[in-house]
Amino acid sequence: MSISIRRITKRFDDFVALDDVSVEVARGSLTALLGPSGSGKSTLLRIVAGLETADEGTVFIDEKNVTGRPPQERGVGFVFQHYAAFKHMTVYDNVAFGLKIRKRPKAEIAERVAQLLKLVQLEGLAKRYPSQLSGGQRQRMGLARALAIDPTVLLLDEPFGALDARVRAELREWLRRLHDETHTTTVIVTHDQEEAMEVADNVAVMSNGRIEQVGAPREVYEEPANEFVMTFVGQAHRVGDGFVRPHDLEVTLEPNGSTREVMIDRVVHLGFNVRVDLVDRDGARLSVQTTRDRAELLELVAGQIIYVRPTRHTTFT
Amino acid sequence: MGRLSLRFAALGYLTLILIGPLVMMVWRTAEDVDGAWTAISDPDTLSAFKLTLMVTAIAVVVNTVFGIVCALVIVRGDIRGRGFLNAFVDLPLSLSPVIVGFSLLTLYGLDGWLGWFQRNGYEILFATPSIVLATIFVTLPFVVREVVPTLREVGTEQEQAAETLGASGWQTFWRITLPCIRWAVIYGVVLTAARGIGEFGAVAVVSGNFAGETQTATLRVEDAYQFAYGNYAPAYGISFVLAATAVIILVAMILLQPKESRH
Repeated sequence: MSISIRRITKRFDDFVALDDVSVEVARGSLTALLGPSGSGKSTLLRIVAGLETADEGTVFIDEKNVTGRPPQERGVGFVFQHYAAFKHMTVYDNVAFGLKIRKRPKAEIAERVAQLLKLVQLEGLAKRYPSQLSGGQRQRMGLARALAIDPTVLLLDEPFGALDARVRAELREWLRRLHDETHTTTVIVTHDQEEAMEVADNVAVMSNGRIEQVGAPREVYEEPANEFVMTFVGQAHRVGDGFVRPHDLEVTLEPNGSTREVMIDRVVHLGFNVRVDLVDRDGARLSVQTTRDRAELLELVAGQIIYVRPTRHTTFT
Repeated sequence: MGRLSLRFAALGYLTLILIGPLVMMVWRTAEDVDGAWTAISDPDTLSAFKLTLMVTAIAVVVNTVFGIVCALVIVRGDIRGRGFLNAFVDLPLSLSPVIVGFSLLTLYGLDGWLGWFQRNGYEILFATPSIVLATIFVTLPFVVREVVPTLREVGTEQEQAAETLGASGWQTFWRITLPCIRWAVIYGVVLTAARGIGEFGAVAVVSGNFAGETQTATLRVEDAYQFAYGNYAPAYGISFVLAATAVIILVAMILLQPKESRH
């Protein structure tokens, strides 16, 4: 294991940020810590980096117990949500920082920085200052800076959170490709389940300072361990005594034994998919995801009464 | 129309209160340039300028170092009472310099708590050390006041990034923290220097005002004015030099302002 987090507890005054958390991160993997804000995911990442100290528990990086060691001795690359760019330094000096601290020869630094800038597609911008870069460029610089020290593990704290949707999607894809090239063990903190599903091999879902489930994206989505994971990773509606995902509801125009009667509130076209927002007799809201073709075939319009039936239904005990 | 009259009021006010007296003084200096020059080049005047510069230089260095330390404690320290410290730093701004001087007299006087020095021949009062102490006292807030808000604004993320990249605390300070707050420090230094050069009240009480020895430039102006016997040229001449210095400092300050960071 590249990172081994064992029984970490962290309190801020009366608030328990992390409650007896254990996670293992395999060497060369890309793991996402996924959870809503306040779930403790960033705190956990900062404890791994040594930027925060745990009240209890231990952290191992590369089989070495680093609990209580300062960040300087951990060999982690850390990428911050708001970039933490050194504003008074050029892109070159930002990326070279860790190497200069390590007193590497000038020629070696120049070569390594050039190589990294190429990797993050910032060639030609070496002499710019961070204020002259876009958000996406700044974050790529932050990544190059973190990679410069050849970190044992790369830790990213909501790295794309401050960027607009389009740049975020681009960088996400790019990060995945980068990881496939470098194979640096990476942990990414995110509250965006789509991001976690797209980027990571392994997802650890957190809430209220606890790990709810760890597994491959598909596993977490298809076989959620509990109600929280079911509703947080992907959409789900409570139907009867269980939950159902919007694409696991079948729409019919006529009732049959097991269907529920609902009224269409709104039909939302999302390109290939159509989301139909519904209200049932008790006023409970749910939605169905279906294809555009099917929605057109059934001629779904707001105000119409239709019938739905779950094709797949998950219950938790 | 309203905006025009507002502008007129502001300019008129500044002219009457600030520019008027200074222009008048420059005018009087120009009327007797020889007399002014004689006073300026007098050995005792030169010694006064030298003393003022030396004292100011010491105050600037001391208050820059401790000012940055205090600001770091106020913003980052996790000690109790930093709010108290933050308020306390402003004391010299609200306290009359005369009282500052008088309290130093009391502390270092023969029967003061620190009277040991004076009793054993280490002259503090009526000598350069007391002038330095008084000047440091009155100029203490400026660097702290400039650096505190900047430190708050900069935050700690850049420093944390430097730490993860292997920089020690000391390296982080020199390579990250200090460059981040440099404009605030420079601005604070300029204000400290201006205030130090101009200090009169506290120094007047503790220095002894011996011409050629413990007389600072502002004290010399006061002397030249008190004992003018109708010849005010020396007072105008020395004042002119001090006022010119202040203007140069002001201009330097404007030139130093980075375009983006100040209102």
